[in-house]
Amino acid sequence: MNRLATLLPGLSLKNPIMPASGCFGFGKEYAKLYDLSKLGAIMIKATTLETRLGNPTPRVAETPAGMLNAIGLQNPGLKKVLENELTWLEQYDVPIIANVAGYTTEDYVNVAESISKASNVQALELNISCPNVKQGGITFGTDPYIAEELTKAVKAVSSVPVYVKLSPNVTDIGAIAKAVEAGGADGITMINTLLGMRLDTKTGRPVIANVTGGLSGPAIKPVALRMVYDVAKQVSIPIIGMGGISTIDDVVDFLSAGASAVAVGTANFVDPFICPKLIEQLPEKLDDLGFETVTDLVGRSHRL
Amino acid sequence: MIRQEQMQVVKQRAIATNIFELTLTGQLVLDMKQPGQFVHLRVSDQMEPLLRRPISISSIDESTLEFTMIYRAEGRGTTLLSEKKPGDQVDVLGPLGNGFPIDKVEEGQKALLVGGGIGVPPLFELSKRLVEKGVQPIHVLGFQSEDVVFYEKQFQELGETYIVTVDGSHGSTGFVTNVLDKFKDDFAVYYSCGPTPMLAALEKMYPSKEGYLSFEQRMGCGIGACFACVCDTTEKIEADYVKVCSDGPVFPSGVVRV
Repeated sequence: MNRLATLLPGLSLKNPIMPASGCFGFGKEYAKLYDLSKLGAIMIKATTLETRLGNPTPRVAETPAGMLNAIGLQNPGLKKVLENELTWLEQYDVPIIANVAGYTTEDYVNVAESISKASNVQALELNISCPNVKQGGITFGTDPYIAEELTKAVKAVSSVPVYVKLSPNVTDIGAIAKAVEAGGADGITMINTLLGMRLDTKTGRPVIANVTGGLSGPAIKPVALRMVYDVAKQVSIPIIGMGGISTIDDVVDFLSAGASAVAVGTANFVDPFICPKLIEQLPEKLDDLGFETVTDLVGRSHRL
Repeated sequence: MIRQEQMQVVKQRAIATNIFELTLTGQLVLDMKQPGQFVHLRVSDQMEPLLRRPISISSIDESTLEFTMIYRAEGRGTTLLSEKKPGDQVDVLGPLGNGFPIDKVEEGQKALLVGGGIGVPPLFELSKRLVEKGVQPIHVLGFQSEDVVFYEKQFQELGETYIVTVDGSHGSTGFVTNVLDKFKDDFAVYYSCGPTPMLAALEKMYPSKEGYLSFEQRMGCGIGACFACVCDTTEKIEADYVKVCSDGPVFPSGVVRV
Protein backbone atom coordinates (compact mmCIF):
# COMPACT_ATOMS: atom_id res chain seq x y z
CA MET A 1 0.00 0.00 0.00
CA ASN A 2 1.25 3.47 -0.82
CA ARG A 3 0.88 5.51 2.36
CA LEU A 4 1.25 8.74 0.41
CA ALA A 5 -1.39 8.00 -2.24
CA THR A 6 -3.99 10.73 -2.55
CA LEU A 7 -7.20 10.55 -4.56
CA LEU A 8 -8.80 13.77 -5.74
CA PRO A 9 -11.30 14.53 -8.49
CA GLY A 10 -9.49 13.66 -11.72
CA LEU A 11 -6.24 13.05 -9.92
CA SER A 12 -4.72 9.85 -8.66
CA LEU A 13 -1.59 11.17 -6.95
CA LYS A 14 1.30 8.97 -5.84
CA ASN A 15 1.98 11.56 -3.17
CA PRO A 16 0.31 14.82 -2.13
CA ILE A 17 3.19 17.16 -3.02
CA MET A 18 3.39 19.21 -6.21
CA PRO A 19 5.07 22.40 -7.41
CA ALA A 20 2.75 25.41 -7.54
CA SER A 21 1.91 27.23 -10.75
CA GLY A 22 4.30 30.02 -11.74
CA CYS A 23 7.17 28.64 -9.68
CA PHE A 24 8.07 25.73 -11.92
CA GLY A 25 7.66 26.97 -15.50
CA PHE A 26 6.58 23.97 -17.58
CA GLY A 27 9.02 21.69 -15.79
CA LYS A 28 11.95 21.77 -18.23
CA GLU A 29 14.38 23.55 -15.93
CA TYR A 30 13.70 21.23 -13.00
CA ALA A 31 13.83 18.14 -15.23
CA LYS A 32 17.56 18.79 -15.51
CA LEU A 33 17.81 18.41 -11.74
CA TYR A 34 15.57 15.42 -10.93
CA ASP A 35 13.04 12.98 -12.36
CA LEU A 36 9.70 14.82 -12.60
CA SER A 37 7.86 11.48 -12.24
CA LYS A 38 8.65 11.66 -8.52
CA LEU A 39 6.17 14.51 -8.12
CA GLY A 40 2.56 14.07 -7.05
CA ALA A 41 1.51 16.37 -9.91
CA ILE A 42 2.74 19.49 -11.68
CA MET A 43 0.80 22.73 -11.76
CA ILE A 44 2.12 24.32 -14.93
CA LYS A 45 2.58 28.04 -15.49
CA ALA A 46 -0.58 29.98 -16.28
CA THR A 47 -1.58 29.63 -19.91
CA THR A 48 -3.48 32.33 -21.79
CA LEU A 49 -4.99 32.31 -25.28
CA GLU A 50 -2.26 34.49 -26.80
CA THR A 51 1.44 34.88 -26.05
CA ARG A 52 2.09 37.22 -23.13
CA LEU A 53 5.38 38.97 -22.57
CA GLY A 54 4.65 39.98 -18.99
CA ASN A 55 5.48 43.09 -17.01
CA PRO A 56 8.55 45.35 -17.17
CA THR A 57 11.51 44.50 -14.90
CA PRO A 58 12.39 44.53 -12.02
CA ARG A 59 9.73 41.89 -11.48
CA VAL A 60 10.84 40.47 -8.15
CA ALA A 61 11.96 41.84 -4.80
CA GLU A 62 12.98 40.09 -1.64
CA THR A 63 11.08 40.85 1.57
CA PRO A 64 11.47 39.53 5.13
CA ALA A 65 11.01 35.74 4.85
CA GLY A 66 9.34 36.22 1.50
CA MET A 67 9.37 37.76 -1.93
CA LEU A 68 7.22 39.95 -4.12
CA ASN A 69 6.70 39.16 -7.78
CA ALA A 70 4.93 40.82 -10.64
CA ILE A 71 5.83 38.61 -13.60
CA GLY A 72 2.52 39.35 -15.33
CA LEU A 73 1.55 35.85 -16.53
CA GLN A 74 4.30 35.67 -19.15
CA ASN A 75 3.71 32.52 -21.22
CA PRO A 76 3.99 31.41 -24.85
CA GLY A 77 0.21 31.14 -25.35
CA LEU A 78 -2.17 28.19 -25.69
CA LYS A 79 -0.95 26.87 -29.06
CA LYS A 80 2.70 26.66 -28.09
CA VAL A 81 1.90 25.29 -24.64
CA LEU A 82 -0.06 22.46 -26.27
CA GLU A 83 2.50 21.78 -29.00
CA ASN A 84 5.75 22.19 -27.11
CA GLU A 85 5.27 22.06 -23.38
CA LEU A 86 2.51 19.53 -22.76
CA THR A 87 3.77 17.18 -25.45
CA TRP A 88 7.23 17.29 -23.92
CA LEU A 89 5.80 16.56 -20.46
CA GLU A 90 4.19 13.35 -21.75
CA GLN A 91 7.47 11.47 -21.19
CA TYR A 92 6.90 11.72 -17.43
CA ASP A 93 4.51 9.66 -15.36
CA VAL A 94 2.98 12.66 -13.65
CA PRO A 95 -0.49 14.23 -13.83
CA ILE A 96 -0.59 17.82 -15.05
CA ILE A 97 -2.84 20.46 -13.58
CA ALA A 98 -3.14 23.22 -16.18
CA ASN A 99 -3.44 26.74 -14.79
CA VAL A 100 -5.78 28.75 -17.03
CA ALA A 101 -5.94 32.56 -17.20
CA GLY A 102 -7.51 35.21 -19.41
CA TYR A 103 -8.76 38.76 -19.88
CA THR A 104 -12.38 37.77 -20.41
CA THR A 105 -14.76 34.88 -19.74
CA GLU A 106 -14.39 33.87 -23.40
CA ASP A 107 -10.61 33.66 -22.98
CA TYR A 108 -10.94 31.34 -19.99
CA VAL A 109 -13.52 29.20 -21.77
CA ASN A 110 -11.45 28.90 -24.95
CA VAL A 111 -8.23 27.98 -23.16
CA ALA A 112 -10.02 25.59 -20.78
CA GLU A 113 -11.87 23.75 -23.52
CA SER A 114 -8.76 23.22 -25.57
CA ILE A 115 -6.14 22.51 -22.89
CA SER A 116 -8.43 20.10 -21.00
CA LYS A 117 -8.27 17.79 -24.02
CA ALA A 118 -4.50 17.32 -23.78
CA SER A 119 -3.82 13.70 -22.82
CA ASN A 120 -1.75 14.43 -19.72
CA VAL A 121 -3.87 17.30 -18.38
CA GLN A 122 -5.96 15.67 -15.67
CA ALA A 123 -7.36 18.79 -14.04
CA LEU A 124 -7.60 22.53 -14.59
CA GLU A 125 -6.72 25.23 -12.12
CA LEU A 126 -8.74 28.32 -12.85
CA ASN A 127 -6.59 31.34 -12.10
CA ILE A 128 -9.01 33.99 -10.85
CA SER A 129 -6.47 35.38 -8.45
CA CYS A 130 -3.39 36.77 -10.22
CA PRO A 131 -2.85 40.21 -8.66
CA ASN A 132 -0.37 41.39 -11.29
CA VAL A 133 -2.42 41.89 -14.43
CA LYS A 134 -4.67 44.85 -15.12
CA GLN A 135 -7.46 42.88 -16.75
CA GLY A 136 -8.75 39.45 -15.82
CA GLY A 137 -7.01 37.54 -13.07
CA ILE A 138 -8.00 38.83 -9.67
CA THR A 139 -10.99 40.79 -10.98
CA PHE A 140 -12.75 37.43 -11.40
CA GLY A 141 -11.76 36.26 -7.95
CA THR A 142 -12.94 39.03 -5.66
CA ASP A 143 -16.67 38.96 -6.38
CA PRO A 144 -18.57 35.76 -5.47
CA TYR A 145 -21.13 36.17 -8.27
CA ILE A 146 -18.52 36.68 -11.00
CA ALA A 147 -16.41 33.81 -9.64
CA GLU A 148 -19.41 31.48 -9.67
CA GLU A 149 -20.44 32.44 -13.21
CA LEU A 150 -16.93 31.94 -14.55
CA THR A 151 -16.68 28.55 -12.82
CA LYS A 152 -19.98 27.49 -14.43
CA ALA A 153 -18.85 28.63 -17.87
CA VAL A 154 -15.57 26.74 -17.63
CA LYS A 155 -17.17 23.63 -16.13
CA ALA A 156 -19.52 23.51 -19.11
CA VAL A 157 -16.64 23.09 -21.57
CA SER A 158 -13.89 21.33 -19.62
CA SER A 159 -13.14 17.66 -20.27
CA VAL A 160 -11.47 17.31 -16.87
CA PRO A 161 -12.30 18.37 -13.26
CA VAL A 162 -11.94 22.07 -12.51
CA TYR A 163 -10.18 23.47 -9.44
CA VAL A 164 -10.44 27.18 -8.73
CA LYS A 165 -7.45 29.07 -7.33
CA LEU A 166 -8.58 31.57 -4.73
CA SER A 167 -7.16 34.97 -3.89
CA PRO A 168 -6.46 35.95 -0.29
CA ASN A 169 -7.04 39.59 -1.24
CA VAL A 170 -10.70 39.53 -0.22
CA THR A 171 -12.68 40.28 2.91
CA ASP A 172 -14.41 36.91 3.09
CA ILE A 173 -12.64 34.07 1.31
CA GLY A 174 -15.30 31.64 2.52
CA ALA A 175 -17.93 33.44 0.46
CA ILE A 176 -15.84 33.04 -2.71
CA ALA A 177 -15.14 29.38 -1.88
CA LYS A 178 -18.85 28.65 -1.46
CA ALA A 179 -19.64 30.51 -4.66
CA VAL A 180 -17.23 28.48 -6.78
CA GLU A 181 -18.49 25.29 -5.15
CA ALA A 182 -22.02 26.33 -6.14
CA GLY A 183 -20.69 27.02 -9.63
CA GLY A 184 -19.65 23.39 -9.89
CA ALA A 185 -15.96 23.52 -8.99
CA ASP A 186 -14.50 20.08 -8.27
CA GLY A 187 -11.90 21.47 -5.91
CA ILE A 188 -10.20 24.57 -4.59
CA THR A 189 -6.56 25.55 -4.66
CA MET A 190 -5.50 28.22 -2.22
CA ILE A 191 -3.97 30.68 -1.71
CA ASN A 192 -2.54 32.84 -4.46
CA THR A 193 -0.18 35.66 -3.44
CA LEU A 194 -1.05 38.58 -1.17
CA LEU A 195 -0.85 41.98 -2.80
CA GLY A 196 2.06 43.95 -1.40
CA MET A 197 4.80 46.42 -2.16
CA ARG A 198 8.32 47.40 -1.25
CA LEU A 199 9.92 50.81 -1.47
CA ASP A 200 13.52 51.80 -1.98
CA THR A 201 13.97 53.58 1.34
CA LYS A 202 16.53 56.04 -0.04
CA THR A 203 14.46 57.25 -2.99
CA GLY A 204 10.93 56.34 -1.93
CA ARG A 205 10.37 54.64 -5.29
CA PRO A 206 8.69 51.22 -5.57
CA VAL A 207 11.28 48.48 -6.14
CA ILE A 208 9.02 46.55 -8.54
CA ALA A 209 8.36 48.19 -11.91
CA ASN A 210 4.68 47.20 -11.66
CA VAL A 211 4.60 49.17 -8.34
CA THR A 212 2.84 46.34 -6.51
CA GLY A 213 3.44 42.61 -6.54
CA GLY A 214 2.26 39.36 -5.02
CA LEU A 215 3.81 38.38 -1.71
CA SER A 216 4.79 34.73 -1.25
CA GLY A 217 7.15 32.64 0.84
CA PRO A 218 7.27 31.61 4.51
CA ALA A 219 5.99 35.07 5.55
CA ILE A 220 2.48 34.27 4.27
CA LYS A 221 2.12 30.79 5.74
CA PRO A 222 0.04 31.81 8.79
CA VAL A 223 -2.42 33.69 6.56
CA ALA A 224 -2.70 30.79 4.12
CA LEU A 225 -3.11 28.25 6.89
CA ARG A 226 -5.89 30.21 8.54
CA MET A 227 -7.71 30.54 5.22
CA VAL A 228 -7.42 26.82 4.41
CA TYR A 229 -8.71 26.01 7.91
CA ASP A 230 -11.67 28.38 7.45
CA VAL A 231 -12.60 27.26 3.95
CA ALA A 232 -12.29 23.56 4.84
CA LYS A 233 -15.13 24.12 7.31
CA GLN A 234 -17.34 25.79 4.74
CA VAL A 235 -17.08 23.61 1.63
CA SER A 236 -17.22 19.89 0.94
CA ILE A 237 -14.98 19.89 -2.15
CA PRO A 238 -11.27 19.10 -1.60
CA ILE A 239 -8.58 21.72 -1.16
CA ILE A 240 -5.02 21.78 -2.45
CA GLY A 241 -3.26 24.06 0.03
CA MET A 242 -0.35 26.39 -0.63
CA GLY A 243 1.24 29.53 0.74
CA GLY A 244 4.76 29.57 2.15
CA ILE A 245 5.29 25.83 2.40
CA SER A 246 9.01 25.12 2.70
CA THR A 247 9.41 22.39 5.34
CA ILE A 248 7.85 19.03 6.11
CA ASP A 249 6.18 20.57 9.17
CA ASP A 250 4.48 23.09 6.88
CA VAL A 251 3.14 20.19 4.80
CA VAL A 252 1.75 18.54 7.93
CA ASP A 253 0.13 21.79 9.06
CA PHE A 254 -1.71 22.35 5.77
CA LEU A 255 -2.94 18.75 5.67
CA SER A 256 -4.05 19.04 9.29
CA ALA A 257 -5.92 22.26 8.52
CA GLY A 258 -7.93 20.45 5.87
CA ALA A 259 -5.94 20.43 2.62
CA SER A 260 -5.94 17.06 0.85
CA ALA A 261 -2.70 17.83 -0.96
CA VAL A 262 -0.23 20.71 -1.01
CA ALA A 263 1.68 22.80 -3.51
CA VAL A 264 5.13 24.27 -3.02
CA GLY A 265 5.91 27.62 -4.64
CA THR A 266 8.63 30.06 -3.65
CA ALA A 267 10.61 27.34 -1.85
CA ASN A 268 11.54 25.94 -5.28
CA PHE A 269 13.60 29.09 -5.85
CA VAL A 270 15.38 28.74 -2.52
CA ASP A 271 16.02 25.02 -2.94
CA PRO A 272 15.24 23.62 -6.39
CA PHE A 273 15.23 20.10 -4.93
CA ILE A 274 12.64 20.94 -2.26
CA CYS A 275 9.73 18.92 -3.72
CA PRO A 276 11.54 15.55 -3.91
CA LYS A 277 13.07 16.26 -0.49
CA LEU A 278 9.65 16.81 1.09
CA ILE A 279 8.25 13.70 -0.62
CA GLU A 280 11.11 11.68 0.83
CA GLN A 281 10.63 13.11 4.33
CA LEU A 282 6.88 12.57 4.47
CA PRO A 283 6.71 8.83 5.44
CA GLU A 284 9.05 9.35 8.39
CA LYS A 285 7.01 12.34 9.49
CA LEU A 286 3.84 10.24 9.39
CA ASP A 287 5.61 7.67 11.61
CA ASP A 288 6.68 10.38 14.07
CA LEU A 289 3.10 11.61 14.35
CA GLY A 290 1.62 8.13 14.50
CA PHE A 291 -0.39 8.25 11.28
CA GLU A 292 -0.55 5.37 8.83
CA THR A 293 -1.46 7.33 5.71
CA VAL A 294 -1.58 10.89 4.44
CA THR A 295 -5.35 10.60 4.21
CA ASP A 296 -5.54 9.93 7.96
CA LEU A 297 -3.82 13.23 8.58
CA VAL A 298 -6.07 15.36 6.37
CA GLY A 299 -8.32 17.64 8.41
CA ARG A 300 -7.20 16.33 11.82
CA SER A 301 -7.24 19.84 13.36
CA HIS A 302 -11.01 19.88 12.81
CA ARG A 303 -11.49 16.60 14.68
CA LEU A 304 -9.74 17.56 17.89
CA MET B 1 25.38 19.81 -14.97
CA ILE B 2 23.76 21.92 -12.27
CA ARG B 3 24.39 20.67 -8.76
CA GLN B 4 23.66 21.73 -5.22
CA GLU B 5 26.51 21.28 -2.78
CA GLN B 6 27.50 22.39 0.70
CA MET B 7 30.89 23.84 -0.17
CA GLN B 8 33.54 24.80 2.33
CA VAL B 9 35.11 28.23 2.74
CA VAL B 10 38.88 28.05 2.12
CA LYS B 11 39.62 31.72 2.58
CA GLN B 12 38.02 35.14 2.50
CA ARG B 13 39.59 38.59 2.53
CA ALA B 14 38.69 42.18 1.80
CA ILE B 15 40.56 43.37 -1.30
CA ALA B 16 39.11 46.90 -1.50
CA THR B 17 36.47 48.93 0.33
CA ASN B 18 33.48 46.55 0.76
CA ILE B 19 34.91 44.27 -1.94
CA PHE B 20 35.58 40.69 -0.86
CA GLU B 21 37.39 37.76 -2.41
CA LEU B 22 35.94 34.42 -1.31
CA THR B 23 37.32 30.98 -2.17
CA LEU B 24 35.24 27.81 -1.77
CA THR B 25 36.10 24.18 -2.32
CA GLY B 26 34.04 21.17 -3.40
CA GLN B 27 33.26 18.73 -6.20
CA LEU B 28 31.06 21.24 -7.98
CA VAL B 29 34.24 22.95 -9.26
CA LEU B 30 34.68 20.04 -11.69
CA ASP B 31 31.53 21.14 -13.52
CA MET B 32 32.73 24.72 -14.03
CA LYS B 33 33.73 24.65 -17.66
CA GLN B 34 33.38 28.19 -18.99
CA PRO B 35 34.53 31.59 -17.74
CA GLY B 36 31.56 33.91 -17.14
CA GLN B 37 29.23 31.44 -15.45
CA PHE B 38 27.81 32.14 -12.01
CA VAL B 39 26.73 30.38 -8.83
CA HIS B 40 23.59 30.93 -6.76
CA LEU B 41 24.36 31.06 -3.04
CA ARG B 42 22.36 30.80 0.14
CA VAL B 43 24.06 33.04 2.66
CA SER B 44 22.11 31.70 5.63
CA ASP B 45 20.05 28.64 6.46
CA GLN B 46 17.43 30.86 8.10
CA MET B 47 14.31 32.22 6.40
CA GLU B 48 15.83 35.65 6.10
CA PRO B 49 17.40 36.52 3.75
CA LEU B 50 15.28 34.01 1.88
CA LEU B 51 16.50 34.01 -1.69
CA ARG B 52 19.80 32.93 -3.16
CA ARG B 53 22.38 35.46 -4.33
CA PRO B 54 23.78 35.17 -7.87
CA ILE B 55 27.54 35.76 -7.86
CA SER B 56 29.90 35.42 -10.80
CA ILE B 57 32.87 33.09 -10.76
CA SER B 58 36.17 34.96 -11.01
CA SER B 59 38.60 32.05 -11.08
CA ILE B 60 38.51 28.27 -11.19
CA ASP B 61 41.20 25.83 -10.08
CA GLU B 62 40.30 22.24 -10.89
CA SER B 63 43.54 20.91 -9.42
CA THR B 64 42.65 22.07 -5.91
CA LEU B 65 38.84 21.85 -6.42
CA GLU B 66 38.64 25.56 -5.54
CA PHE B 67 36.90 28.50 -7.12
CA THR B 68 36.94 32.17 -6.23
CA MET B 69 34.33 34.92 -6.32
CA ILE B 70 34.76 38.65 -5.93
CA TYR B 71 31.71 40.55 -4.76
CA ARG B 72 30.63 43.78 -3.17
CA ALA B 73 29.06 43.60 0.29
CA GLU B 74 26.19 46.07 0.00
CA GLY B 75 22.94 44.52 1.17
CA ARG B 76 22.13 42.20 4.02
CA GLY B 77 22.81 39.03 2.03
CA THR B 78 26.26 39.90 0.76
CA THR B 79 27.19 41.37 4.14
CA LEU B 80 26.36 38.04 5.78
CA LEU B 81 28.40 36.30 3.09
CA SER B 82 31.38 38.53 3.88
CA GLU B 83 31.31 37.25 7.47
CA LYS B 84 31.94 33.61 6.43
CA LYS B 85 35.16 32.16 7.86
CA PRO B 86 37.42 29.34 6.67
CA GLY B 87 35.73 26.03 7.43
CA ASP B 88 32.17 27.46 7.21
CA GLN B 89 29.75 25.82 4.77
CA VAL B 90 27.97 27.63 1.97
CA ASP B 91 25.01 26.15 0.05
CA VAL B 92 25.96 26.54 -3.61
CA LEU B 93 23.80 25.90 -6.66
CA GLY B 94 25.72 25.88 -9.90
CA PRO B 95 27.43 26.34 -12.18
CA LEU B 96 24.69 28.36 -13.86
CA GLY B 97 24.28 30.14 -17.16
CA ASN B 98 26.35 30.35 -20.29
CA GLY B 99 29.75 32.00 -20.14
CA PHE B 100 32.11 33.74 -22.56
CA PRO B 101 33.01 31.69 -25.64
CA ILE B 102 36.79 31.55 -26.04
CA ASP B 103 36.67 29.71 -29.36
CA LYS B 104 35.76 32.95 -31.14
CA VAL B 105 39.32 34.21 -31.09
CA GLU B 106 42.48 32.48 -32.30
CA GLU B 107 46.04 32.15 -31.10
CA GLY B 108 48.07 35.26 -31.87
CA GLN B 109 44.99 37.50 -32.09
CA LYS B 110 44.06 40.24 -29.65
CA ALA B 111 40.94 40.35 -27.48
CA LEU B 112 39.58 43.43 -25.75
CA LEU B 113 38.18 42.84 -22.24
CA VAL B 114 36.17 45.69 -20.76
CA GLY B 115 34.92 45.54 -17.18
CA GLY B 116 32.96 47.95 -15.02
CA GLY B 117 33.09 47.75 -11.21
CA ILE B 118 31.72 44.49 -9.91
CA GLY B 119 31.51 43.32 -13.54
CA VAL B 120 35.30 42.99 -13.62
CA PRO B 121 35.64 39.62 -11.77
CA PRO B 122 34.43 37.16 -14.47
CA LEU B 123 36.90 38.72 -16.90
CA PHE B 124 39.77 37.39 -14.78
CA GLU B 125 39.16 33.69 -15.50
CA LEU B 126 38.37 34.64 -19.11
CA SER B 127 41.69 36.44 -19.46
CA LYS B 128 43.61 33.52 -17.95
CA ARG B 129 42.05 31.12 -20.45
CA LEU B 130 42.71 33.44 -23.38
CA VAL B 131 46.37 33.76 -22.37
CA GLU B 132 46.62 29.96 -22.07
CA LYS B 133 45.36 29.79 -25.65
CA GLY B 134 47.95 32.26 -26.87
CA VAL B 135 45.52 35.14 -27.28
CA GLN B 136 46.72 38.60 -26.24
CA PRO B 137 44.21 40.27 -23.90
CA ILE B 138 43.88 44.03 -23.48
CA HIS B 139 42.08 44.96 -20.26
CA VAL B 140 40.19 48.21 -19.75
CA LEU B 141 38.74 48.26 -16.26
CA GLY B 142 36.54 51.01 -14.89
CA PHE B 143 35.84 51.71 -11.22
CA GLN B 144 34.15 54.44 -9.23
CA SER B 145 37.21 55.54 -7.30
CA GLU B 146 40.62 54.36 -6.10
CA ASP B 147 39.34 52.68 -2.93
CA VAL B 148 37.27 50.14 -4.91
CA VAL B 149 39.91 49.24 -7.49
CA PHE B 150 40.98 45.59 -7.30
CA TYR B 151 43.08 43.02 -9.16
CA GLU B 152 45.09 45.66 -11.06
CA LYS B 153 48.31 43.69 -10.62
CA GLN B 154 46.71 40.34 -11.42
CA PHE B 155 45.36 41.67 -14.72
CA GLN B 156 48.69 43.38 -15.53
CA GLU B 157 50.41 40.00 -15.23
CA LEU B 158 48.11 38.67 -17.95
CA GLY B 159 48.40 41.58 -20.38
CA GLU B 160 48.10 45.27 -21.15
CA THR B 161 45.84 46.85 -18.49
CA TYR B 162 44.22 50.29 -18.30
CA ILE B 163 42.47 51.47 -15.16
CA VAL B 164 39.86 54.24 -15.27
CA THR B 165 38.12 55.84 -12.30
CA VAL B 166 35.09 58.11 -12.49
CA ASP B 167 36.63 60.59 -10.05
CA GLY B 168 40.15 60.30 -11.45
CA SER B 169 41.62 59.13 -8.13
CA HIS B 170 43.43 56.26 -9.86
CA GLY B 171 44.43 55.68 -13.48
CA SER B 172 42.75 57.91 -16.02
CA THR B 173 39.60 59.91 -15.38
CA GLY B 174 36.09 59.18 -16.60
CA PHE B 175 34.54 56.05 -18.09
CA VAL B 176 36.03 53.10 -19.94
CA THR B 177 34.82 54.68 -23.18
CA ASN B 178 37.15 57.67 -22.60
CA VAL B 179 40.09 55.26 -22.76
CA LEU B 180 38.67 53.26 -25.64
CA ASP B 181 38.24 56.45 -27.71
CA LYS B 182 42.02 56.67 -27.95
CA PHE B 183 42.37 53.01 -28.97
CA LYS B 184 42.93 51.54 -32.37
CA ASP B 185 40.39 48.79 -32.79
CA ASP B 186 42.95 46.19 -33.83
CA PHE B 187 41.40 43.39 -31.79
CA ALA B 188 39.45 40.38 -33.07
CA VAL B 189 36.74 40.13 -30.43
CA TYR B 190 35.60 42.09 -27.42
CA TYR B 191 34.20 40.77 -24.16
CA SER B 192 32.52 42.84 -21.50
CA CYS B 193 30.75 42.71 -18.16
CA GLY B 194 29.42 45.69 -16.27
CA PRO B 195 26.53 48.14 -16.01
CA THR B 196 24.09 48.10 -18.93
CA PRO B 197 24.87 51.69 -20.06
CA MET B 198 28.50 50.64 -20.45
CA LEU B 199 27.53 47.59 -22.52
CA ALA B 200 25.29 49.80 -24.67
CA ALA B 201 28.15 52.26 -25.23
CA LEU B 202 30.43 49.43 -26.37
CA GLU B 203 27.89 48.12 -28.86
CA LYS B 204 27.60 51.63 -30.30
CA MET B 205 31.36 52.05 -30.41
CA TYR B 206 32.08 48.75 -32.18
CA PRO B 207 29.06 48.06 -34.41
CA SER B 208 30.99 45.82 -36.78
CA LYS B 209 33.04 43.90 -34.21
CA GLU B 210 32.15 40.55 -32.74
CA GLY B 211 31.40 41.08 -29.06
CA TYR B 212 30.13 39.09 -26.08
CA LEU B 213 28.37 40.93 -23.28
CA SER B 214 27.49 39.69 -19.82
CA PHE B 215 24.25 41.19 -18.47
CA GLU B 216 22.97 41.69 -14.99
CA GLN B 217 19.30 41.49 -13.99
CA ARG B 218 17.47 40.87 -10.73
CA MET B 219 16.94 37.12 -10.45
CA GLY B 220 14.66 34.71 -8.64
CA CYS B 221 15.36 31.06 -9.27
CA GLY B 222 18.58 31.40 -11.31
CA ILE B 223 17.69 28.42 -13.52
CA GLY B 224 15.13 29.85 -15.94
CA ALA B 225 11.86 28.88 -14.27
CA CYS B 226 10.54 32.06 -12.66
CA PHE B 227 10.74 34.60 -15.52
CA ALA B 228 12.07 37.37 -13.26
CA CYS B 229 15.18 38.20 -15.30
CA VAL B 230 13.80 38.50 -18.83
CA CYS B 231 15.15 41.08 -21.29
CA ASP B 232 13.69 42.29 -24.57
CA THR B 233 15.56 41.26 -27.68
CA THR B 234 16.37 42.99 -30.96
CA GLU B 235 15.31 41.81 -34.41
CA LYS B 236 18.68 40.02 -34.62
CA ILE B 237 17.15 36.88 -33.09
CA GLU B 238 13.77 35.22 -33.44
CA ALA B 239 12.92 34.95 -29.74
CA ASP B 240 10.86 37.81 -28.25
CA TYR B 241 12.80 37.70 -25.01
CA VAL B 242 15.76 36.05 -23.32
CA LYS B 243 16.29 35.05 -19.71
CA VAL B 244 19.55 36.39 -18.31
CA CYS B 245 20.04 33.46 -15.92
CA SER B 246 19.63 30.52 -18.27
CA ASP B 247 19.97 31.94 -21.81
CA GLY B 248 22.80 34.24 -20.66
CA PRO B 249 24.24 35.93 -18.74
CA VAL B 250 26.57 36.25 -21.75
CA PHE B 251 24.96 37.16 -25.09
CA PRO B 252 26.47 38.08 -28.45
CA SER B 253 26.41 41.86 -28.92
CA GLY B 254 23.24 43.22 -30.49
CA VAL B 255 20.91 40.50 -29.22
CA VAL B 256 19.61 42.10 -26.01
CA ARG B 257 17.78 45.40 -26.40
CA VAL B 258 19.73 47.90 -24.32
